[in-house]
Amino acid sequence: MHEQIAANKRKTVLLIILAVVFTGLIGWLIGYLFFYGGTAGLVIAVGLALALSLGSYFFGDKIVLTSTGARKVTPEQEPRLHNVVEGLAIAAGVPKPEVYVVPEIAPNAFATGRDPDHSSIAVTQGLLQMMDRVELEGVIGHEMSHILDRDILIGTVVATVVGAAILLSEIFTRTWFWGGGRRSNNSGGGDAGILSLILFAVGIFLLILAPLAGQLIKLSVSRNREYLADAEGVLLTRYPPGLISALQKIAGAPHAMRAANNATAHLWLEQPSRVPGDDTSTLERLFSTHPPIQDRIKRLQEM
Amino acid sequence: MTAAGWIVIAVVVLLVLWTIWAFNRLVKYRNRADEGWAQIDVQLRRRYDLIPNLVKTVEGYAAHERETFEEVTAARSRAENAQGVAGQADAENAVSSGLRQLLAVAENYPDLKANANFLALQEELTGTESKIAYARQYYNDQVRLLNTAIQSFPSNVLANTFHFAPREFFDIEDAVRAPVQVEFEGQ
Repeated sequence: MHEQIAANKRKTVLLIILAVVFTGLIGWLIGYLFFYGGTAGLVIAVGLALALSLGSYFFGDKIVLTSTGARKVTPEQEPRLHNVVEGLAIAAGVPKPEVYVVPEIAPNAFATGRDPDHSSIAVTQGLLQMMDRVELEGVIGHEMSHILDRDILIGTVVATVVGAAILLSEIFTRTWFWGGGRRSNNSGGGDAGILSLILFAVGIFLLILAPLAGQLIKLSVSRNREYLADAEGVLLTRYPPGLISALQKIAGAPHAMRAANNATAHLWLEQPSRVPGDDTSTLERLFSTHPPIQDRIKRLQEM
Repeated sequence: MTAAGWIVIAVVVLLVLWTIWAFNRLVKYRNRADEGWAQIDVQLRRRYDLIPNLVKTVEGYAAHERETFEEVTAARSRAENAQGVAGQADAENAVSSGLRQLLAVAENYPDLKANANFLALQEELTGTESKIAYARQYYNDQVRLLNTAIQSFPSNVLANTFHFAPREFFDIEDAVRAPVQVEFEGQ
């Protein structure tokens, strides 16, 4: 577990450096296109990179919570959920995370934050309605393990960075269509035409690369962690049948999630975009952020 | 300096480093055990606070079950004044059995079971019971780590020198928690 925490910290640092370089490059290109290069490009580059790295560290959890539509709930509104979260925080020896509910029918949950002192757990409305207390404890135990292992920090940073990368690559290609195109008309020279073409190529490259890179990064941070969080969560509740039964209910639930998107898929308890009942196709396995739910159930049953 | 001299220095440095590490580890476990006990105390107090409300609500529907009410109230005040880990555990077991009887009484009154106030109290009690169980689990885990460090060689030398005392485990029955706890090997 301590190796896991150390590995997570290393990966987070590496990821932030990569993100800084990536956004710096894009910022410089935008500056070059709009403000004719030089100092302006550099300023934009540094500004963007700083904003993204500091933003994803300090406000990543708020960004993720907002993007999923999660609302904070009080103990009076959701006494059972609050009691279960507090109980498992006691079991894990960490402060009680903030408690959120996502207005979705599909049963699912995620944890986000920076460290155990700044963490939040969000569950969907559907999960609350569908699960009994023991199943809810299983789910919250799984999320509490993500908090303990610092999976939440890297997961949240990945979500913010991937989200920003997708956004930036879109801005960039649009920039070319408008700004870049106009610029080559203005100067009219052959050099500018070639430059514009190169920028277009880079733009296309980034457009393809950003989501793909995001996907690869997400794969590297998810999958095995889910098995681990299942196992550790059960160590907290000391009751595997609770989580098993919760996962079975999730596998059988007929609803897909509305709030599902590429940037946050890896954070959820179970992959939100999955079509119910179909988790055996090779292509899906390749691009899954989560292991097949039946495998997770099987491993828990063997404990 | 000779090779032997360097070796002596290296051994001394390693010994000092180990002592610092082992001492800090003992302090960490002791503090966590204290934290765990404080958390148990918080949750037990919540349970004491719930009992009068629960008794009052059930009384409204089943006034003649006076014996049950008196028993749980008496157990509660004994528990509040209990001394030591084992004494506290005995007193809490009496509270748990009193609460079980109180809930068994409530089972016979469908109107009571539908009462919103009673349902809220029942959720609070279930929540508190499971928090007591989780606090106990955390405390016992930390006590196990502390006691192992105090008893095993070579950290026992350090523990004896600085008077680290082993702690008692805290074992009580749950009043309402339904599922049977599964014990893990080596946990």
